[in-house]
Amino acid sequence: MSVAGRALKTFVDLGIGSRTRRENLEGWLWASPWIIGFVIFTAGPMVASVYLSLTDYPLLQGPTFNGIDNYKQLFTDELILQSLKVTTIYSFVSIPLHLVIGFLIALLLNQRVRGLSMWRVVYYLPAVVSGVAVAFLWQWILNADFGLANWLLSLIGIDGPSWLIDPNWALSALIVMSLWGVGGGMLIYLAGLQGIPTSLYEAAEIDGANFWQKFWIITIPMMSPVLFFLLVIGIIGALQTFTQAYIITNGGPDDATLFFMLHLYRNAFQYLKMGYAAAMAWVLFAYIMILTLLVFRSSSLWVYYEGDFKGRG
Amino acid sequence: MAFTTKAADAPVRRAHWRESKRFGNTFKLTLSYIVLTFGAFLLIIPFIWMVTTSIKGPVAVMQFPPLWIPGVQFEPLWENYPTALLQDHAPFGIFFRNTFVITALAMAGQIISSAVVAFSFARLRWKGREFVFFIVLATIMLPQQVTLVPQFILFRNLGWINTFLPLIVPFWLGVGNAFFIFLLRQFFMRVPLDYDDAARIDGAGTFQIFWRIVMPLSLPALGTVAIFSFINHWNEFFHALIYLNEISKYNLALGLTQFRGFTRYEISAWNLLMAASLTALVPVLLVFFFAQRYFIQGIVISGVKG
Repeated sequence: MSVAGRALKTFVDLGIGSRTRRENLEGWLWASPWIIGFVIFTAGPMVASVYLSLTDYPLLQGPTFNGIDNYKQLFTDELILQSLKVTTIYSFVSIPLHLVIGFLIALLLNQRVRGLSMWRVVYYLPAVVSGVAVAFLWQWILNADFGLANWLLSLIGIDGPSWLIDPNWALSALIVMSLWGVGGGMLIYLAGLQGIPTSLYEAAEIDGANFWQKFWIITIPMMSPVLFFLLVIGIIGALQTFTQAYIITNGGPDDATLFFMLHLYRNAFQYLKMGYAAAMAWVLFAYIMILTLLVFRSSSLWVYYEGDFKGRG
Repeated sequence: MAFTTKAADAPVRRAHWRESKRFGNTFKLTLSYIVLTFGAFLLIIPFIWMVTTSIKGPVAVMQFPPLWIPGVQFEPLWENYPTALLQDHAPFGIFFRNTFVITALAMAGQIISSAVVAFSFARLRWKGREFVFFIVLATIMLPQQVTLVPQFILFRNLGWINTFLPLIVPFWLGVGNAFFIFLLRQFFMRVPLDYDDAARIDGAGTFQIFWRIVMPLSLPALGTVAIFSFINHWNEFFHALIYLNEISKYNLALGLTQFRGFTRYEISAWNLLMAASLTALVPVLLVFFFAQRYFIQGIVISGVKG
């Protein structure tokens, strides 16, 4: 049944029976803050956004319909391609790094180390702080001449790159910066690892399984739902990266860190091209949806859920 | 025969196996501590670097290799803090106050509306509940950019540009609350339904059940919501950037960009910039240290159930 059909049926059902009617009204009433907000701030704007993306809309003059011109222009805009490239590289490098490093730390912490709560605080702390203050901190850390990063590299005899002012290094610099927050995923992994029943490992040991066999046959499958969750969250987050690029590099040098959201922000709020920005938002939306869908579709191949027989084959 | 020998050997082999395992474990643990310590060092040193930079003089800042020990390698300049925070073009006190007002009001809205809505999903029976809840969950996945431009135009038409309202009102109406609603619903469902029935027999209404029974029993979950909400609003940058355009209205994140003026191209006042940035982080750090429990709990619920 369509969304509208279901909603209509629900409204019709509301009128049946006086006791359930009271209960129904009460339920809807308590849920109404969210429902009203959803209509005003999400569903309404989404519909409006479809229309706006089909208009030429300089903010101060109002919209005029121009069909799919915005979308045609998108495919010829070199900066769009550049921003898609930057955002894609950033996501495809930083997300796997986050997934793997976070997992490794969690594995280390899961072997009954002493002072677990202290380690957790230390590793999670950088993931809590974020935003502009942290962006400034990293701008200073990645300073080519006096920065902490190049000092640490010099300790092991490496002459560090110019990071933020070198177009070949600027994006890598932002990826390094993102790794500071690796502890966020670590906590989720740790919770997952602690949820694996020890009986599984004991059974495997009796069967003579070694460390690696246990790891591949028990740990990885049991952790796959967590991995899946972090992958989806990671994709959504990374594709919307904005603050670092805006504050630290402002898209430069040579558009090497022109993230998609930064380009969208400029079109909407600096060039005031609302229609074009709305079309850009739909492109980003489509991109995020395609990637997430691929992950969801592929999940039946690699995500194992207990009590689900698909994974037992 | 061979069979019995094997069985007789078993305890011995088992002991060997345990012994070697114990040795392997000690080795593995030592190695783990070394790796963990190294990792912790890498994660913590940026904070130390931030603190030491913030109390350096202009000459000490530009030393390479950097100086680390205040009082020995360089004189600590605590005046950097008042100097950084009391500038005419960047009134830090006003930024702080604005951030406080926005955060308090947005948080209040987010906690109250999430709790009320979650209560409806967890404890009330109504037609369409499952369907609406499904849509709530679907919005977690929805990138907010699609609604950005129309929302901006909506707030502009309402005359809300350069006011705090766009940063507060949506949160009273459930925007961005989907995850909190989910989290609270899971928690509310654990409160036994018998309590509701008993209260109803005693003549309690729905509101009393919500306020007197479910809420007090769900304080840990509310704490988790409060803390994540606090961090989000305290750090809010993107929407502040779009909606606030007078310095007197800026929040901290936006106000900090005012400090960039003196570092952007002519890099000079990193010490002052670090002093201001660190001051902006202090409330977040304090909340984190005093309420770690709630963070961890929130993460655990989200990760395992997600």
